[in-house]
Amino acid sequence: MGKNLFNKVWDLHKVASLSETRDQLFIGLHLVHEVTSPQAFQALRERGLPVKYPQRTVSTVDHIVPTQNQLIRPYRDDLAEQMLQAIEQNTSDFGLRFYGLDSDSQGIVHIIGPENGFTQPGITIACGDSHTSTHGAFGALAFGIGTSQVRDVLATQTLAFERLQVKKIDVAGSCPDGIFAKDIILRIIADLGVMGGLGYAYEFAGPVIHGLSMEERMTVCNMSIEGGARAGYVNPDQTTFDYLEGRPFSPKGEKFTEAVAHWQAMASDPDADYDDVYQLDATSMSPMVTWGITPGQGIGVDQNMPRLSEVDETEVEITQKAYEHMGFDEGQKIEGQKIDVAFIGSCTNGRISDFRAAAEVVKGRKVASHVKALAVPGSRKVKLQAEEEGLDRIFTEAGFEWREAGCSMCLAMNPDKLVGRQLSASSSNRNFIGRQGSSTGRTMLMSPAMVAAAAVEGAVADVRNLI
Amino acid sequence: MSNNPAAITAVQGTAIPLPGNDVDTDRIIPARYLRSVTFEGLGAEVFKDERFNDEGSPKSHPFNEEKYAGAAILIVGRNFGCGSSREHAPQAIMRFGIKAIIGESFGEIFAGNCTSIGIPACTADEQTIDELQKLVQNNPQLNFDLDLEAQTLSSEEKSVAVDISPAAKTALLAGTWNTLDELLQNEAVIEEVHQRLPSFV
Repeated sequence: MGKNLFNKVWDLHKVASLSETRDQLFIGLHLVHEVTSPQAFQALRERGLPVKYPQRTVSTVDHIVPTQNQLIRPYRDDLAEQMLQAIEQNTSDFGLRFYGLDSDSQGIVHIIGPENGFTQPGITIACGDSHTSTHGAFGALAFGIGTSQVRDVLATQTLAFERLQVKKIDVAGSCPDGIFAKDIILRIIADLGVMGGLGYAYEFAGPVIHGLSMEERMTVCNMSIEGGARAGYVNPDQTTFDYLEGRPFSPKGEKFTEAVAHWQAMASDPDADYDDVYQLDATSMSPMVTWGITPGQGIGVDQNMPRLSEVDETEVEITQKAYEHMGFDEGQKIEGQKIDVAFIGSCTNGRISDFRAAAEVVKGRKVASHVKALAVPGSRKVKLQAEEEGLDRIFTEAGFEWREAGCSMCLAMNPDKLVGRQLSASSSNRNFIGRQGSSTGRTMLMSPAMVAAAAVEGAVADVRNLI
Repeated sequence: MSNNPAAITAVQGTAIPLPGNDVDTDRIIPARYLRSVTFEGLGAEVFKDERFNDEGSPKSHPFNEEKYAGAAILIVGRNFGCGSSREHAPQAIMRFGIKAIIGESFGEIFAGNCTSIGIPACTADEQTIDELQKLVQNNPQLNFDLDLEAQTLSSEEKSVAVDISPAAKTALLAGTWNTLDELLQNEAVIEEVHQRLPSFV
């Protein structure tokens, strides 16, 4: 029996066994941002420890930065200013690579890693952020970690970790027009539930997955965590190698050829063993929309919200809570629900292809007068590229605000927030209560093209009627 | 039994029930309360949006109820702590005074973060959790004893078996839940692995 990528990469990075079930795992790349790192740097200072391998750390600012007037300091929010100063000081004191506000490479940590070529197949990656799973798109093992573990990686470049099982998610068929990577992952989470991935890494496979671009694969892997899986990955293939060639930190020349051979060898063997397999056919899929308060509460845009009598017994309590918060009625149609806010951006869907797809819907149309619409590029490079292509003008002419790079309204640690009970159509990853900055605010997750459709229609709409 | 002073073998005290499933980390500690360079003061912010309305007046919530004040053991439902990797979530719970959590299941990163800061996160089946929550609601002064070695949660009224991941159990009992010292030890092997893997110069 062959080996899957997860176990190959794990074995390559294993330093020692710490107990029967726990290994010491070397971390090839550590990504650091301002929110989950200050306490870790403080712990190193208290112990008088340096960062073990500074060249393996990449840091930036994304969560707290405003997306307007980003360069005007000090920030009006004292707490945000304090956090920003802390990461500037910490990365300077410990000699780390830092893409701060003065860098053209600043942006959401899960967007700048890949676009600069740091994220590579067959490596281990850790970051104090659960959406680190994004990097699995390249065939890396990428884990979200807590601050104590950020301290461990800074000081030792290793983690104490338990090996995960691997569930292969095989997506067959073909992807119809109007169906995007976001729809595929929302459907997988709806099918397998928000606990479907507990104890597993998801290996996304099959013709539909391998037909996706790297950016689309990142969207799928990004939301592994919403399905309960701590990591998700796609085996590297020619699409992966083509994406990586020529990136600033990708291997060059002969080294690139050698790297490709190594990357190919890290992919799961054709006869690899899996702990579980799930099969999905994408052919008959509809665009997905979440109606509730967990990412698993998603349905096709042409479907009705579930009745309490239809849901599994174990889901009754959370379904009731969802209806209570969202103010919808069971059995109601999702299409036509009037929205207040449209948000395109985040580590899930803040890449150039996301803005191209949304711009195609928005072009020549106007945002509904009652809707506040934000388009927030995930990185400065994405922003620049979009502006070169004239996408910013398509958005602003339609009535969108075109902002600067950051996490923005995905988690509202910055000035971008829902107000009161506003209902938001969002390309982000979490519809949790309070997630977008208002304790009574409401979030519906969908693809960027679906957000664009909702923005121009002023209500949840089927994007297939607009393209 | 370990002689390590950091070893955590038992947790004693009263309990606090928090019914409901899929309580995510944004509900435990909303992101806007993470705007700090320390974990200090987080205990006051735990479940902030659920405990207080926008004007700051308290709402009905177990963490606001006098009868549960001083509780050491939190009893929760299924998939507790799902969502973000923010260690602020277990830090906020710990700084409120909780020393152990018993639930039907946990978000995986959350459970790992609990272990990292010395909080046992133990599981029990749905019926046991339901019975424990009712027991505590009816008798909030009841004292419990969580014995990690034996994997039992006992009180005068009831004793139940609980589960915990073997790695977490080993680390808590041995006092190695703060992993830093253990990880600092294998320096030569770490250097060897570093040398043979690609790096970013």
